Amino acid sequence: MIYLDYNATTPTDPRVIKAMKEYFFEKFGNPSSIYEIARENRRDIEKAREKVADLIDANSDEIFFTSGGTESDNWAIKGVAFALKDKGNHIITSQIEHHAVLNTCKFLNKIGYEITYVPVDKYGVVDIDFIKKAIKKETILITIMHANNEIGTIQPIEEIAKIAKENNIYFHSDCVQTVGKIPISVKKLGVDMLSLSAHKFYGPKGVGAIYIRKGTKIETLIHGGEQEKGKRSGTYNVPGIIGLGKAAEIAKEEMEEEMKRVKYLRDKLEKGIIEKIPEIVINGHPENHLYNTLNLCVKYIEGESILLKLDFEKIYVSSGSACTSGSLEPSHVLLACGIPHEIAHGSLRFSLGKYNKEEDVDKVLEVLPKIVEELRKISPFWEKK
Amino acid sequence: MDYTEKVLEYFRNPKNMGRIENADGIGKVGNPICGDVMWIYIKVGKNEKGEEIVEDIKFETFGCAAAIATSSVITEIAKGKTLEEAEKISNKDVVEFLGGLPPIKKHCSLLAEEGLKSAIEDYRKRAKEKNEKL
Repeated sequence: MIYLDYNATTPTDPRVIKAMKEYFFEKFGNPSSIYEIARENRRDIEKAREKVADLIDANSDEIFFTSGGTESDNWAIKGVAFALKDKGNHIITSQIEHHAVLNTCKFLNKIGYEITYVPVDKYGVVDIDFIKKAIKKETILITIMHANNEIGTIQPIEEIAKIAKENNIYFHSDCVQTVGKIPISVKKLGVDMLSLSAHKFYGPKGVGAIYIRKGTKIETLIHGGEQEKGKRSGTYNVPGIIGLGKAAEIAKEEMEEEMKRVKYLRDKLEKGIIEKIPEIVINGHPENHLYNTLNLCVKYIEGESILLKLDFEKIYVSSGSACTSGSLEPSHVLLACGIPHEIAHGSLRFSLGKYNKEEDVDKVLEVLPKIVEELRKISPFWEKK
Repeated sequence: MDYTEKVLEYFRNPKNMGRIENADGIGKVGNPICGDVMWIYIKVGKNEKGEEIVEDIKFETFGCAAAIATSSVITEIAKGKTLEEAEKISNKDVVEFLGGLPPIKKHCSLLAEEGLKSAIEDYRKRAKEKNEKL
């Protein structure tokens, strides 16, 4: 198997699994109880919190555990919208956000909030001037993702955060694709809130966190037993939280090496594909992108067909975003970048990670050109040469 | 709903792909903006009874696995049939042949039906024009 879909999810690092294991049986306690096994659980959760805080240069009392990126995004956006409803009802986001953000905004729009969707240029970079002009006295939140999950383009977060701050508006960033992959400091980025997810960096699924800068006015969404200082109820997902902590610790230690290694593999793949396959469009920003992500369109054929033919060879990639595979519309991200529908239909995303080897890239470079040729041969749009 | 084994098999090994040079009829259906385009080529001959039949049929398709599989299947069902029989092939026949299609991909089978019908229509139109010229 050659797995090239690390932006969708990653395998859990065996060291993470090992760290989690004892919290299922030996240390199974509910941290909210008062006896010793519960107290021990509490201490271990706080250690995990410190590790997560450490990964993003935050204080540990600004980290709250959630069920993942989607919950963190929902909390940040709805939480601020509800808390500041007397101040204003306007939210600014971008056209290329993940659906966790887009559909949350859509919901808020339905109940009376006004949403501005900032356009992007052909590389997927948000239009800063557009943001400046969109700001009005009712604006309560700007939410812009750090790196796009489909095309990997990295946004000028620091600059946007500065604009938000100058205008006294909260700023949230969905950093699900960057935390654990590249160095992140919430202080440098200047964000008030940040979402992260464990399974994107070799932690388990079903756990994530949100950074909420101290003093931020935000409403609670999940009410119950008052866990997480009353801000997020629900019995602690102890194994998950321990796994997230361990994944954060490993990411911090190994990130620098990984970045170099994976970047080399991704760039080799890009170069090879351009050399071997004619009429390819590379999507995303040419430099300012996630080092592991390669998104491209193969003209005259359709992405799902390529994906399935790769699947027959046990090579796993995605076409646009996995979340959009249930719809017939091509990726909203590619369309926002101005790529015509018929080309956007031919999109493929390779996202590499820790367990990829150079042989994987070589294999793709051997197999993909043949697949493209086969499919182009039966395409009415491909001029046979 | 996932693709059936049969859809994957036909996608993997489609029959009758390519174009027919000097085809008697060509059906061009679909829209690249929607992501599926089918071109169906037919060559018309006669059987022993002197009825017009689909002697040869090929397809070119831009689209997903379902579009390619349904193209292949419609050509296989139609091949050798009289034009009248071929015109009656419906998308339901194609879906049945494939053991089902995900609901979101049903339009591919419709496209296949339309593609074949439009190829036959194109043939009839050309034949009529030829007759008129004579």
